[in-house]
Amino acid sequence: MKIEIRNGRLIDPMHGVDRKASLYVAAGKVAAVGEPPAGWHANRVLDAAGLVVCPGLIDLSARLREPGFEYKATLESEVAAAIAGGVTSLACPPDTDPPLDEPGLVEMLKHRARSLNQAHVYPIGALTVGLKGDTITEMGELAHAGCIAFSQADAALADTQVLLRALQYAATFGYRVWLRPQDIHLARGGVAHDGEVATRLGLPAIPAFAETIALDTIFELVRATGVRVHLARLSTHDGVVRVRAAKKAGLPVTCDVAIHHVHLCDVDIGWFNAHCHLIPPLRGTRDRAALRAGLVDGTVDLICSDHTPVDDDAKQLPFAEAEPGATALELLLPLTLKWAREEKLPLSAALDRITAAPARVLGLDAGHLAPGADADVCVFDPELHWVVEPSALRSQGKNTPFLGLELSGKVRYTLVGGQVVHEA
Amino acid sequence: MTNASLPDAEVTLGRLADKMRGAVAFDAKLIGIYSGGAWLAERLAEMLEGEHPVGYIDVSFYRDDYAQKGLRAKLATTTLPFEVAGSRIILVDDVLYTGRSVRAAINELFDYGRPESIELAVLIDRGGRELPIEATYVGARIAVARDLSIVLQRHLDGSLELSVEPAGSVTGA
Amino acid sequence: MHNPQLNADGELQHLLTLEGLPSEIIGRVLDTAVPFVSIAERDVKKVPLLRGKTVFNLFFENSTRTRTTFEIAAKRLSADVINLNIGVSSTTKGETLLDTIDNLVAMNADMFIVRHGQSGAPHLIAQHLSATHRSHIHVVNAGDGRHGHPTQGLLDLFTIRHYKRDFRELTVAIVGDVLHSRVARSLIHGLTTLGTPEVRVIGPQTLLPTAVEALGVHVFHDMRRGLAGCDVVVMLRLQSERMKGSLLPSAGEFFKHYGLTVEKLKLAKPDAIVMHPGPMNRGVEIDSAVADGTHSVILPQVTFGIAVRMAVMSILAGN
Repeated sequence: MKIEIRNGRLIDPMHGVDRKASLYVAAGKVAAVGEPPAGWHANRVLDAAGLVVCPGLIDLSARLREPGFEYKATLESEVAAAIAGGVTSLACPPDTDPPLDEPGLVEMLKHRARSLNQAHVYPIGALTVGLKGDTITEMGELAHAGCIAFSQADAALADTQVLLRALQYAATFGYRVWLRPQDIHLARGGVAHDGEVATRLGLPAIPAFAETIALDTIFELVRATGVRVHLARLSTHDGVVRVRAAKKAGLPVTCDVAIHHVHLCDVDIGWFNAHCHLIPPLRGTRDRAALRAGLVDGTVDLICSDHTPVDDDAKQLPFAEAEPGATALELLLPLTLKWAREEKLPLSAALDRITAAPARVLGLDAGHLAPGADADVCVFDPELHWVVEPSALRSQGKNTPFLGLELSGKVRYTLVGGQVVHEA
Repeated sequence: MTNASLPDAEVTLGRLADKMRGAVAFDAKLIGIYSGGAWLAERLAEMLEGEHPVGYIDVSFYRDDYAQKGLRAKLATTTLPFEVAGSRIILVDDVLYTGRSVRAAINELFDYGRPESIELAVLIDRGGRELPIEATYVGARIAVARDLSIVLQRHLDGSLELSVEPAGSVTGA
Repeated sequence: MHNPQLNADGELQHLLTLEGLPSEIIGRVLDTAVPFVSIAERDVKKVPLLRGKTVFNLFFENSTRTRTTFEIAAKRLSADVINLNIGVSSTTKGETLLDTIDNLVAMNADMFIVRHGQSGAPHLIAQHLSATHRSHIHVVNAGDGRHGHPTQGLLDLFTIRHYKRDFRELTVAIVGDVLHSRVARSLIHGLTTLGTPEVRVIGPQTLLPTAVEALGVHVFHDMRRGLAGCDVVVMLRLQSERMKGSLLPSAGEFFKHYGLTVEKLKLAKPDAIVMHPGPMNRGVEIDSAVADGTHSVILPQVTFGIAVRMAVMSILAGN
């Protein structure tokens, strides 16, 4: 199917493109940019006047809740949410039920996703069996089945010796490991950032140094093993400082921040708003400022949605009992645009953080629109305002701190593999 | 009815005391309903012969308009320095109107004990009863429009004065 | 931030926390409690204010003392009182917290007195009632997790006012496990709102919350220095669980450093009063000689507690 996306503002951060140009798609690939290929005859023309045309978003953390948590969400609903949000590739953490520690489970997930034929799903395999932190998984088998990296999701891995062995093993075969920097003992029982807000509200708290102590441990182990580590969900000012130093010292680390921590801080919990119960917790204003600055200077490589649909029953509980997480696949783009506007960042730089940068971390030839690239495209209207309401979200999870807020930026077309999979 | 046509409070108090003198029981106890009735009870205790102990009653907890109006902002404390049970009581209030305040006061008094008898002395009876309540001793009877309230004030020197205000600025008696 | 305790007219709709409560409203509760104290001295201790109203004592955390004082207070207002002990977690019953609320609303509840082990539970209930158009039902927080115990805070303020008159001249010390204490948090908010110039917290680092100075208090780790010149000393209960879990080595060591003895009390002003929310651990946070001594106003606190709760319920039910 030959598709012409005509007269949009084409932004391809990886190749430094930001100009008015048409995009030509054929046989699932980008055929040409700017000028049509010879003998071009479009089967379909999408009018992108006034719209932005960019690579499909790549989201490094989106929980699809299958297998095991189908009452919260299903592959169908969440992948539909992804493409409605312009996300054409997503990585899902291994904390399903059962966890993704067996090749069969990974294959089934990949198969299910492929049969939907919508977004690309990249499973992240469990680093240890059952995520229990004792025995390392058969990483070779899992990689063969399609895992692009290994992680513990939010589960504890307190035993540093096990962690060391797991990293050594991964390094041997060149596998990437994604780690959440959180010292499980210091974080135990905590649900909010240890600061003035948690003190006022009487919430059990997680100190900032739960993150920095974990980072120090991880960096030492990276130095010792040479493993490539991606740090998932940075949240503190001092954490950003440490990552900056580690990168400067040449350590092979990358890191991300969840979109919520770019915008919110602990004060937003207000009177115990359970939608703000997140992992890692929303921290202070100084931490948020450091994360934002880190995104600009590249210390923080990219933004992910950390999409976690939670059913209403699990959220309508007192703050500490409520299940953490927020639905965010459909908010990643407008909230990234909001950040760009607030920081007066060029749109290309902002979009880089959700397209080219995640592609680099995944080690994929994706997140760009040069001729020959997979035609995963997002076409959006940056000026279209919409209100975040349950009815406006495709995800089965309606749990977001942004409920009731008006955002601008809405996806008009999403293409995956050269097919229009979503239009609005 | 204007302030000018209201009877003089001190004169009316004098008339009330004249009516009560010789008629009240020698051991009657005066209980004034806050705040106008309280001032009057103190003055009457001086003006009547014999020893008449004085108590004060705040009826806020017994009013029948709590559901509509909530609890009043200013509460005073009912203070009865004597046994209600077996006593001959004279309830004192400034203005008798619907009768609801007196009903509340009687209910409250019964929660303190069973009195031997209760009589009612009021400075002004303005008619407009909504309950079957009548005063035993009345200083003066006047008619006032429904949209007006009669208010008793006490000046710094202790002298009393009656005035008229739009209704709603004070709760009706 | 919109205060969920107040209705559109700025009147008290729920009592969830003392934080952010205007001093006029606090003052009104204290003033309203005064006549209720004398009602307790009559033979007939009832007034008819809440007649026909149904008050549900919803206790998700056991507490016979607090539940009993609320029950007495509600009955003295002539309300019908139903006690529900839901146990540790509503989810062990299979019914969610809000489902329980909805069921009770269907039974014509007028007021919920809620004690819950989690901070924020009464706020959740109040917000749910508002979202489902049942704003005529009032919620009183009888203690939520570590967050607040506003009626205790109010009765503590009432007690202090009874003995000391003007908050603006006082030095008040709160001693013990402030980290886990909803009583401490509520009292601190109340004291600072009413203009108390010097509020001190005294305890070991393990038992003081991070950034506690942000609440407007001065931190002391040395009890002797912290007690110097105090008008009011509030001793907090130390729960036995704190002795495990690495917060404190032992009750004995705690008593040595932070227990209130006759000798340490001499460092406070000669007319200082000693308070305790109860129940007391004699010999752990407070010496019997002090608890039963002339400075102690611990028993009057209990009496005042009933009057203050009557005041809270009658103000709410009338709004």
